[in-house]
Amino acid sequence: MLAKRIIPCLDVKDGRVVKGIQFEALQEAGDPVELAKFYNREGADELVFLDISASSEGRETMVDVVRRVAEQLSIPFTVGGGIKTLDDIKRMLRAGADKVSLNSSAVLNPRLIEEGAAYFGSQCIVVAIDAKYHPATESYHVYTHGGKQLTELDAIEWAQKAVTCGAGEILLTSMDKDGEKSGFHRELTRAVNDAVSVPVIASGGAGKAKDFYDVFTDAHADAALAASIFHFKETSISHVKDYLKAKGVVVR
Amino acid sequence: MIGILDYGMGNLHSVCSALKRLHVPYIVSSNHDELRQSNGIILPGVGAFRDAMVCLKRDGHIAFLREYAESKPMLGICLGMQLLFDESEENGLTPGLSLLKGRVIRFTGSDVMRETYKVPHMGWNHLDFKKPESPLLQGLSEDYAYFVHSYYVMTSDESLLIATAGYHVEVPAIVGKGHVFGTQFHPEKSGPSGLAILKNFCSLAQGGVRT
Repeated sequence: MLAKRIIPCLDVKDGRVVKGIQFEALQEAGDPVELAKFYNREGADELVFLDISASSEGRETMVDVVRRVAEQLSIPFTVGGGIKTLDDIKRMLRAGADKVSLNSSAVLNPRLIEEGAAYFGSQCIVVAIDAKYHPATESYHVYTHGGKQLTELDAIEWAQKAVTCGAGEILLTSMDKDGEKSGFHRELTRAVNDAVSVPVIASGGAGKAKDFYDVFTDAHADAALAASIFHFKETSISHVKDYLKAKGVVVR
Repeated sequence: MIGILDYGMGNLHSVCSALKRLHVPYIVSSNHDELRQSNGIILPGVGAFRDAMVCLKRDGHIAFLREYAESKPMLGICLGMQLLFDESEENGLTPGLSLLKGRVIRFTGSDVMRETYKVPHMGWNHLDFKKPESPLLQGLSEDYAYFVHSYYVMTSDESLLIATAGYHVEVPAIVGKGHVFGTQFHPEKSGPSGLAILKNFCSLAQGGVRT
């Protein structure tokens, strides 16, 4: 039986992991390769690196980070952030990433999903969706540009379209829940999961082990992503997995 | 030395990194004379079966691989494993290398109870060992491995099954006959257990383990 995946997400800027990570054990806390190895040992099933560099130099550095991580890591990893063209996808995959995550660029140009999937296969094209509830329309709207720009797109319809274009996975972030640490958005996750035939990674809102249990059992997410609760050692991947195992959820 | 066949379809990078970490000498080549110098061949593969067979045929690799498999170990990974079989239904029935008996078919996406399930089979799944005595499984205990595939092998020859994984059907996960092996999952992406399986193959090729 397929195991539910736990995925830590690391923000990388100009080749360094940022957003503060509290690991005394690591000599160089900001080194993506060292952190990747740490999470690998902790039992992460996969890693996501989000490039938040603003400059083209920073983006160049990311290719080097990907190459160094690929040399050291024997679990799958995804790279997202600033991937705008088929050439960008090619560069990341050739540097050793297993998947790329497309967000704003996929909304602006859905053909990028088609081209990426046709060229490299759906399995390496993840479409990331940032969604927020709008009471006026009683629906979830898609935001782009790091949650700054509202679009007309309905999150569930966009997820379906992305999969039709060739997305192999959906990384779904609830902007309502993000940073709240009150649990994943189960209703949104369930709705997207029911609408698509590919794996859904729930993101936004993880605060404790039970939140993972709830999103796996109640919303049927295939994987769950978290950043700060792991980085700040509020919980650990091994603790979350022990909790899930004890409750009968299949994890690696 | 291990030869990795470069036929234009593989994600060679991750296999190379894994061998580097295992300190196994290797070459990546499409040249038969070079590859004949190796002790064992890895056939990687990401993509579609038909495209892969077109590439293998175009560059004259089919006869070479069949000849190589008569005397030395071979390991197909993911699509590379599927290519070892008789034929695949992907994009129309296409003949494979016929080194192992079976047909590659698509997950239907709905089980016997008519419940739908997701295709591809993607993520970590548990390996059930059918032949723990296989040289590929030496020193290992049952663990999880990382799978990404929409097609799987259906075979009437149960003796091929070294390990399986359950995903609505019994998915052949490690297969082998003589010294021709295949893994449907990516051993290079399956953590320490995956690396151990790769290492076992390399040891077998280099004469460290007898069949």
